[in-house]
Amino acid sequence: MALTEQEIRHVARLARLGLRDDEVERLGAELSSILAHVSAISALDLDDVPPTSHPLDLTNVLADDEPRPCLSTEEALLNAPDPAPEGFRVPPIGA
Amino acid sequence: MSRDGWEAVIGLEIHVQLQTRTKMFCRCANRYGDPPNTNVCQVCLAHPGVLPVPNRAAVHQAIRVGMALGCTIPSWSQFHRKNYFYPDNPKAYQISQYDSPLCGEGVFHVPAPGGAFEVRLERAHIEEDAAKMIHAGGAGGRLTGSASSVVDFNRAGTPLLEIVTRPDLHSGEDARRFLNLLRATIVAIGASDADMEKGSLRCDANVSVRRVGDTALGTKTELKNMNSFRYLERGINAEIERQIGVLEAGDRVRQATMHYDVATGTVHVLRSKEEANDYRYFPEPDLVPLEPDAALLDELRAALAELPAARIERFVGQYGLPEPIAEALGTGSELARWFEELARLVGDGRLAANWTLGDFSAHLNAAGVVPAESPVTPARMAGLVRLVESGAVGTAAAKQVFAGLVDDPDASAEAIVEARGLGQIGDEAALAAVVDEVVAGNPAQVAQFRAGKVQLLGFFTGQVMRQTGGRAEPKTVQRLLRERLDGS
Repeated sequence: MALTEQEIRHVARLARLGLRDDEVERLGAELSSILAHVSAISALDLDDVPPTSHPLDLTNVLADDEPRPCLSTEEALLNAPDPAPEGFRVPPIGA
Repeated sequence: MSRDGWEAVIGLEIHVQLQTRTKMFCRCANRYGDPPNTNVCQVCLAHPGVLPVPNRAAVHQAIRVGMALGCTIPSWSQFHRKNYFYPDNPKAYQISQYDSPLCGEGVFHVPAPGGAFEVRLERAHIEEDAAKMIHAGGAGGRLTGSASSVVDFNRAGTPLLEIVTRPDLHSGEDARRFLNLLRATIVAIGASDADMEKGSLRCDANVSVRRVGDTALGTKTELKNMNSFRYLERGINAEIERQIGVLEAGDRVRQATMHYDVATGTVHVLRSKEEANDYRYFPEPDLVPLEPDAALLDELRAALAELPAARIERFVGQYGLPEPIAEALGTGSELARWFEELARLVGDGRLAANWTLGDFSAHLNAAGVVPAESPVTPARMAGLVRLVESGAVGTAAAKQVFAGLVDDPDASAEAIVEARGLGQIGDEAALAAVVDEVVAGNPAQVAQFRAGKVQLLGFFTGQVMRQTGGRAEPKTVQRLLRERLDGS
């Protein structure tokens, strides 16, 4: 199934990817072939099979509500590109 | 409240911060008010390769809220990712729930003076809260005009319960009443402090209007983040009026996110919503499903206390209280407990209700304390009520005795009356002397009274009360005054 150019541009925008026109064409073809590969599953009769969201046979994996040591503010800010004394500075958000 | 011929249709989306020691998916402290970025780790900062593990206590709290609100608890539930880009969301997705929430449909019963009503709940699901943005440069920390923003991740990943109602509300007042009882219910079971000012209870409203008799819903707008019960009610009513005005002018309501301006009492468009959000929900691969079993549900259900709605209705039946009185007493657990203890001690629910909502509530408000923090225990209060009922203390003096109970936590009501000489003067000879003195001292008023200005009786009574420090027994005083004033 081939994706339209409009669909490719929409998905790129959702992912905040700026694509050139030639990339739209190339990635559109690649993405379409991936979808075609996955859609092979549609050929099977799966009416009686519930959708599987997890391959693991596990449920209720939960942790006790006990605090554990966290990072110091200094450690937390080590990778910040523009640290402020009280936290992570980010550019102004366009409304 | 809405105008003739129109009906408002309102649904609410409520976010409640669950009270836990740690966050939803990591074990950083879940604590309000700490210095920025002190309760953070690799998980809530979204470092590569980390894995979330859900907090058992948060899941249990969420189920308890669902039960208290009358929701079904499905036997299977899972988490989804909700994808969006924003600096308050470092993973670029929020772990939430989509088509398999922890708490399913329910019906919440709301007692009300005009007759109880029911609000259907669509769902309640767990999700993680976003980080807090501090906007530098904008007026009052606002986004508009800010030069840059600083992100504080202490709140990132703390547990939230989102509760979604069906569009079953029809006025700002209904919405406020519903939310107030929902809040009281959540507080009563200890799942959250649900404080709108602190943001641990947040409410958005979906509002539309239609002609009475129409079955299709009108176009709705979303009213955002009203941070008090009063503003919720006013904001909804302002939006209802605005929409009716738009439609009556022949225009159409446009789907939008609206903001209620507290200062002007008006509603304006925050952003238009013509394009639907595309969050691309999909099952969270890092988390396995939740399957609460019957034993767990039984255990959680057994631990629920009496809920406010049931308590209000019990107060009406058990104590014969009018609905608004029962509501005022029964909504909050602490005041309800204090009232019931006083009612038991004095053996009269209506009398106990009057004292609880009168002097005692005024004192709580003035002192800014909750009942358990007040020096006025039900036992000490009962002492005063008995003195008033027996006639030993008059109603004016009772206020002074009550002040004494507040000021002097060790003294009983009897001791205060004794020490401050507040006992009622019923002795006729003693009162007659005062009455004679007042009549003799006010010849002008006596003449006016005798000329027909009978309302001056109140003046004379007041004079006697002043001379006796409010302790004179009023009926005897009035009889003696009439005898003197009418007699000659």
